[in-house]
Amino acid sequence: MTNGNLAELDSVTKRFGAITALDELSLEVRPGELLALLGPNGAGKTTAISLLLGLERPDKGTARLFGLRPQSIAARRHIGVMLQEATLVPELRVGEQIDMVAAYYPDPMPVDAVLEFTGTESLRRRPYGKLSTGQKRQVQFAMAVVGRPRLMFLDEPTVGLDIQAREMVWATLRNLIEDGCSIVLTTHYLEEAEALADRVAVIAKGRLIASGSVDEMRALVVRKRITCRTTIATEQIAKWPDVQTVTRDQHGVRITASNTESVVRRLLAADQDLYGLEVESAGLAEAFAELTQEKN
Amino acid sequence: MENVAVAPQIENRREAAAGPVMDRSRVLRAYRTEAKYESLRMLRSPAFAGPFLLLPVGLYLLFGYVLFGAEIAKDPKAALFMFMGFSVMGVMGPGMFGFGTTIATEREHGLLRLKRALPTPPAASLLGKMLMSMLFVAIIMATMAAAASLVHLHLPAARLIGLSLVNVFGCLPFCALGFFIGSLASAKSAPAFVNLLYLPMIYLSGILFPMPKSMEWIAYLSPAYHLSQTGLAAIGAPSNGNPVVHIAVMAVVTVVFTALAVRRLARVG
Repeated sequence: MTNGNLAELDSVTKRFGAITALDELSLEVRPGELLALLGPNGAGKTTAISLLLGLERPDKGTARLFGLRPQSIAARRHIGVMLQEATLVPELRVGEQIDMVAAYYPDPMPVDAVLEFTGTESLRRRPYGKLSTGQKRQVQFAMAVVGRPRLMFLDEPTVGLDIQAREMVWATLRNLIEDGCSIVLTTHYLEEAEALADRVAVIAKGRLIASGSVDEMRALVVRKRITCRTTIATEQIAKWPDVQTVTRDQHGVRITASNTESVVRRLLAADQDLYGLEVESAGLAEAFAELTQEKN
Repeated sequence: MENVAVAPQIENRREAAAGPVMDRSRVLRAYRTEAKYESLRMLRSPAFAGPFLLLPVGLYLLFGYVLFGAEIAKDPKAALFMFMGFSVMGVMGPGMFGFGTTIATEREHGLLRLKRALPTPPAASLLGKMLMSMLFVAIIMATMAAAASLVHLHLPAARLIGLSLVNVFGCLPFCALGFFIGSLASAKSAPAFVNLLYLPMIYLSGILFPMPKSMEWIAYLSPAYHLSQTGLAAIGAPSNGNPVVHIAVMAVVTVVFTALAVRRLARVG
């Protein structure tokens, strides 16, 4: 926890038999940020979270939570957790489940308050076993919130939620961040990362292959695309700085570039008759696909 | 240089402890809450509460009152034997099945993993389940005591209370056995494995049917036998062996199988 990080993995390697789940991975969670962990299935996201939660121990390297061993109960009293696969006790009512988890924390929210905060008041007296998949996820989310955590670990929090419930979770997450809570989120929904994350860490094959803001991620890989109709030779364009690829087809010339502005200026200067100019910026989905493909 | 290296660590620990402190009363509350909800869930589970709360007293009344009431009325020793037998049978169920099936299910369904990630106080789940089993045994003993006079057993209230206390604590070795099975078996196979131990133990402990002399040694291996003998000693009835030895055997079973289960869960989650 040097540099004020709330949690960190320092050059961590974790093997399961012959499989290397994490390979010299370093990752830190900073105060007040929402860090989204992205990566294909089996990339090591859940293993990384398991190490930070003390559920697994690294073979090499160190995991720290609030500067302590993640197994330390003092460290875990500052966190809220929502795991991907956890079936709670079906016979207990929603209010009771939350009350039970609240008892683990020194200064929890009252059960009523957390139900209202997470939009689950109507479920209070319902047995957990009778809830729909989406409702169960909402209750698990409420359980992650109840301890007033300084850091929350949410493993795929909105899988199975309808749009309204997902919006509710997102709004609650934004409120929590505003109140100074930090969040580590794994998600398959790239729009979730785009909508919420301050920082994105892309993991593939157990390695951190990129980390930065959503915009930085895009900039890192998405050479923005320029399309236009021009008489300038593609060979000439290819020699310009910032240009990465140039192709010509029936729709005109397609250019990918890291700095589109300078290339567009040069195009317009070089060809007064240029027309059909379009500049596209790809979403995180493309950036993510490109990143993981490149590094794999 | 050494100071420089150590300083952030101290700083960090301070920071970690800087949040609200969990005072002792809140820690105790956490244990209490866990035990309360563990008991509540089992009482609400008809497949568990029904058989384990009603079966011992139901069988006791069936055999001791309906079928063999007349014979037992003439034989106080038989009345006591039957009461002790069905009481110990009642003691065995909640611990073995309550732990065996719920631990296996919670392990398989990720609930134990979630509790390890949450700041659940150490051993809260274990103690919660043990207290749940003890509560069930207390209820079973109350129903057995209420039925005793119908089956021609007349024990002073103080002795019945003493016996009930022995049985309430006597459920712990059965909890440990159930815990051990639950830490090994899958959710589906756990009830079968528990039955594989539970049913032979009832017969081979000699608590319901007197054992042939040649097979009596098998009973010494069973905590059910030792509990039955401890119970007899507690009410001042003739018993075999030394109660201290019986209690020691039950304590060893409790500690060894709990330790094995805890070790196994720490390894496999």
